[in-house]
Amino acid sequence: MTGNHPPPLALLAELTHRCPLRCPYCSNPLELSRRSAEMNTEEWLGLLDEAAGLGILQVHFSGGEPAARDDLEIMVEHAEQIGIYTNLITSGVLLDENRLKGLAAKGLQHVQLSFQGATPEIADRIGGYPGGHEKKLEIARIVGEIGLPLTVNAVMSRGNLHQLDAMIELAVGFGAQRLEIANVQYYGWGLLNRRALLPTRAQLDQATATVDAARERLKGVLVIDYVVPDYYARRPKSCMGGWGQRFLNINPEGRVLPCHAAETIPGLVFERVGDRPLGEIWRDGQAFTAFRGTGWMPEPCMSCDQREIDWGGCRCQAMAVAGRADVADPACELSPDHDKMLAIAAAEGSGDGADYVYRRIGGPAKR
Amino acid sequence: MSERTVIDEASLPAFPRGVRLKHDEARAQWVILAPERMFVLDDIGLAIMQRVDGERMVSAIVDDLADAFQAPREQILGDVIGMLQGFADKGVLSA
Repeated sequence: MTGNHPPPLALLAELTHRCPLRCPYCSNPLELSRRSAEMNTEEWLGLLDEAAGLGILQVHFSGGEPAARDDLEIMVEHAEQIGIYTNLITSGVLLDENRLKGLAAKGLQHVQLSFQGATPEIADRIGGYPGGHEKKLEIARIVGEIGLPLTVNAVMSRGNLHQLDAMIELAVGFGAQRLEIANVQYYGWGLLNRRALLPTRAQLDQATATVDAARERLKGVLVIDYVVPDYYARRPKSCMGGWGQRFLNINPEGRVLPCHAAETIPGLVFERVGDRPLGEIWRDGQAFTAFRGTGWMPEPCMSCDQREIDWGGCRCQAMAVAGRADVADPACELSPDHDKMLAIAAAEGSGDGADYVYRRIGGPAKR
Repeated sequence: MSERTVIDEASLPAFPRGVRLKHDEARAQWVILAPERMFVLDDIGLAIMQRVDGERMVSAIVDDLADAFQAPREQILGDVIGMLQGFADKGVLSA
């Protein structure tokens, strides 16, 4: 039943795949879009108009690094003018005081700034960008001076989980409103680098204890969101709040996706902005109806009392681990493929060193 | 923010930068839009949050609601402080 399906709440706008950082955990696809293939300013503005007309309330400008586009300011201004709440998800390294002040003047509501560690040694090794950490510290300070609300996105994996305490202190020191402690999720480059990124069970347990204590200590001062790695979960996450339920993702080339990793699933048809009205693509586009709701579900999902809570978990993860998208997320302990996930966690989270394959346009470098 | 904001009758609640009350026409509801989150308000929540303007103290909001809904002031006070404290702890209300 899709005829009267409610419209999406939020739009993830991947303005570009270009980014100076080369993080091996990046969830962008291995085949990154090139600049020449990106939608132009007019196309993005037209999309925002369509989104507002549909009833979308928030836009998250993301990438790649969205500040790699010099028309970011135009998009922020336009979105605010038509009543869409604007959020910038950034690495910070292409921003400076002038640009931040300009974005704030155009109405930008919030900045989410990523950190790859608490010290330059760790953070710049993961980001693959010398000087990046120092630059981020400066950007966090300027965001605070301007008075823009700040979320620190601490991206955690085996190589930096030992710095979690220090990263929490960084966020407190910035005066951030929110800290998102995001264990790496294994899509795109992150999946390619899983053996180098996946933490050990002991590391994760330590991190969870650290987060619990910090939440208690910082209640009312800093909101802490915590994303655990699915490989150690017992029940799956409600990925995207349900496939085709809340979010639309537009990739740099204008393809309309149910989530940013959806292109890893074979057999889905992705329409492009302008092919049809956005509302039609959302309502009855093949990629959106394929896994919306519960009709697609096999057991154990179909008879599960959680089926409209976690919506069967993540389709892209089912694809990556179980080899097909139309089965329960193997993160679920009820999934017949759950033991595959446990085996991967045991084998790859062991702490054995593996080199990072850094993100680059043109696909993974040959080793 | 270095200390938890505690709401009482003398607090002066306001929406901080990056937080706004908005009518969501497509779904016929009211929401609070906040950084990477949104909160759907029920009728009681809306009645309270529509009176948050950075100018009225909690005591004045409670008086107004007690009058508007012809309800006992003590009960309204508990509801209002409970809701505002919850939002303050989520970082979407200053006082």
